[in-house]
Amino acid sequence: MASDTNVETFDAEAVNAQHNRELYAARQKIHPKRASGSFRSLKWVIMAVTLGVYYITPWLRWDRGEFAPDQAVLIDMVSRRFYFFFIDIWPHEFFFVAGLLVMAGIGLFLVTSTVGRAWCGYTCPQTVWVDLFLVVERFFEGDRNARIKLDASPWTGAKIFKRTSKHVVWLLIAVATGGAWIFYFADAPTLLKDFVTGNAAFVAYATVGVLAATTYVFGGLMREQVCTYMCPWPRIQAAMLDEHSLTVTYNDWRGEPRTRHAKKAIAAGEVVGDCVDCNACVAVCPMGIDIRDGQQLECITCALCIDACDGVMDKIGRDKGLISYSTLSTYNQNMALATAGAAGAGIQPQLVRPEGKLAAGVQHFNWRNVIRVRTAIYTAIYAAIGLGLLSALLLRSPLDVNVLHDRNPQFVQLSDGSIRNGYQIKILNMRTEPRSFRIALDGLAGATLKLEGSDLGQGTDGVLDVKANQLRNVRAFVTLPKDAIAAKTTDYAFKVVDTTSAGTVTANVRFEAPSGTGQ
Amino acid sequence: MAKNEIDDVSGVETTGHEWDGIKELNNPLPRWWLWTFYACIIWSIGYVIYYPAIPLIEGSTMGISGVTNRSLLHEELANVEASKAGMVSRIDSTGLEDIRSNEELFRFAVAGGSSLYKVNCSQCHGSGAQGAPGYPNLNDDDWLWGGDLEQIYLTIKHGVRNVDDDDARQSEMPAFGDDVLEPSQISDVTQYVLQLSSQEHDATAAKSGAAIFAENCAVCHGDDGKGGREFGAPNLADALSLYGNTADTIATQIAKPKHGVMPAWGLKLTEAEVKQLTVYVHSLGGGEQAATQ
Repeated sequence: MASDTNVETFDAEAVNAQHNRELYAARQKIHPKRASGSFRSLKWVIMAVTLGVYYITPWLRWDRGEFAPDQAVLIDMVSRRFYFFFIDIWPHEFFFVAGLLVMAGIGLFLVTSTVGRAWCGYTCPQTVWVDLFLVVERFFEGDRNARIKLDASPWTGAKIFKRTSKHVVWLLIAVATGGAWIFYFADAPTLLKDFVTGNAAFVAYATVGVLAATTYVFGGLMREQVCTYMCPWPRIQAAMLDEHSLTVTYNDWRGEPRTRHAKKAIAAGEVVGDCVDCNACVAVCPMGIDIRDGQQLECITCALCIDACDGVMDKIGRDKGLISYSTLSTYNQNMALATAGAAGAGIQPQLVRPEGKLAAGVQHFNWRNVIRVRTAIYTAIYAAIGLGLLSALLLRSPLDVNVLHDRNPQFVQLSDGSIRNGYQIKILNMRTEPRSFRIALDGLAGATLKLEGSDLGQGTDGVLDVKANQLRNVRAFVTLPKDAIAAKTTDYAFKVVDTTSAGTVTANVRFEAPSGTGQ
Repeated sequence: MAKNEIDDVSGVETTGHEWDGIKELNNPLPRWWLWTFYACIIWSIGYVIYYPAIPLIEGSTMGISGVTNRSLLHEELANVEASKAGMVSRIDSTGLEDIRSNEELFRFAVAGGSSLYKVNCSQCHGSGAQGAPGYPNLNDDDWLWGGDLEQIYLTIKHGVRNVDDDDARQSEMPAFGDDVLEPSQISDVTQYVLQLSSQEHDATAAKSGAAIFAENCAVCHGDDGKGGREFGAPNLADALSLYGNTADTIATQIAKPKHGVMPAWGLKLTEAEVKQLTVYVHSLGGGEQAATQ
């Protein structure tokens, strides 16, 4: 059907539109057309940045001295450390990671309540990799129409070549994706060498295999089905949106009634909306929906339909933004404007654009709407957790001391009648340099301390060497002569003093004696 | 069977099943579900062939792999043994003093000794090695047969007063109540032993007890009552005692002494295990240094 405007009309059908989709029908393939425009450009940039961060990060180096790895970001499972540039997280500090995950969750709420499903449309790995796979597909098979034709064509040599090349490149990308993942868990250059020469651990190959398979299947074959059927977020996000959240919206208050024969209709004196029904928005949609059906679960708000439609509006000399990021409240106000003329007469586009251009009364999105109670609360929670983690990070001690009293036996009587208590001292040196500590007793008059360790000999005073980035576990025996025992239990402390910096950590402990002593 | 009716609303055939007026539609199963189901069936065929699967009256079919939870356990245990083999052979070939002074070996020996202790020794000496009347406390500094590494090793390896090992530590205190000492003499010696360990005592009785002690007891327990490790004779002059420190328990022990028996662990455990136990017991706090030659 030809249009009487000079706009190309696409024979595109929204395969995922509700009226087209049966519950048990097989998937219909979607052939998204390449879009161009400001949102597409933004998406290229985001894609480059996110993929760049993912692939390059493991190769960044960060000097930590001779006792720690020099990889900037490293999850060291074997020695249970997480290195992130100048931060290294120990297992007992895992709350940092938990805190970051909570922040990520709150951040997702914040972003969704302001700009809708921006995560889905721009930064979700599924979206980014599908975009990348589409670039490959387009390179070998051409754009939408060429691909549809190729699908329908018989298996010629050219078709086999195109298909094979596409899948080979997809698989290469998939392997590279899985491959980049493992470098976060071991020294990247060493692992790459081992991996290529076949010397890496089985788990490395298995991880690459599994991630390559999921990347290939999700990004290349399943695509929009992952978002529609597998991902829980489209279901949750509905609760995150309110009437002030930005979503991709078809502004039917100026678009309807749509017609492909506007000139004829105008000549006949009919009411005509801005939409020329060219289906460009449907053709570019990677989710296979028609945005003009309203907000839908499938819409990931990638905004490619906005780009497509803006191009068309430009061509026919209308204001851009027939499809635009808009909030429900803005939309409702404009709709009220467009239907105000005569009750029951439906949409009257001429009310919002009396002289071809949009009227002054038309509402546009105002960035001040972003600030509201809901987003302020999200921001406050986000900031509070962030500041809490930051202060915990800045205030954390590079030394952790735990002293555990022996539970069995609680005390030991010695041959001269004195009483001995045993303790397990754990000293955690969280610096990347070896340190030594002097251990002293505080508040237990007359007591003697003996440390049990291979390098300590016997009965030496309490100086302990702890290696860089290590935990040292030492037995300590505290003996109190018979006549120095004042009570059944005495509270006192171990003082652990860094011999170079003089920094001190105090651990409160208890001395136990048999009942009836010292009364 | 009559042809199933077609549901008016959905236009789908019903299965003919009806509950309280609700009819079940005969919709096809989702294809992904169906394929998963078929895949599971194929998987299960392979599983039955490869793994033990079908129960028989005794045992089950073994499958071509023969892998069972029991065989996996044995494999895992063997792996653990294999992973320790290097350290164990080092323990085997290293002297006790050198194990003690090597950080890596020391830690390995204490950890291994600790678990060996729980399995083999805790029944008598207690889970915290705190001992019980008749069973020595291994934490303190009072040793019957010696508390340096070498002596602890010999005690563990050969045991005490057992009949299985010719090198077991042997000694026996005579039953002084059997026609050797009069009850009054035993009472006097008891008072003297109380005096030795600085407890309340009858000074007169202790004085006459001292003479009896010098004549009958000092040969093993020493003139000053400080014991004799070559006979496993306890130190009577300290605050600790094996069978109790009251007048009654002391008198009973003089009249009709009890003697503890300890198995020769060298017959049951490997050399490396005995060595690990030795280092562990030595590390409990009472370990002594070998006398300098």
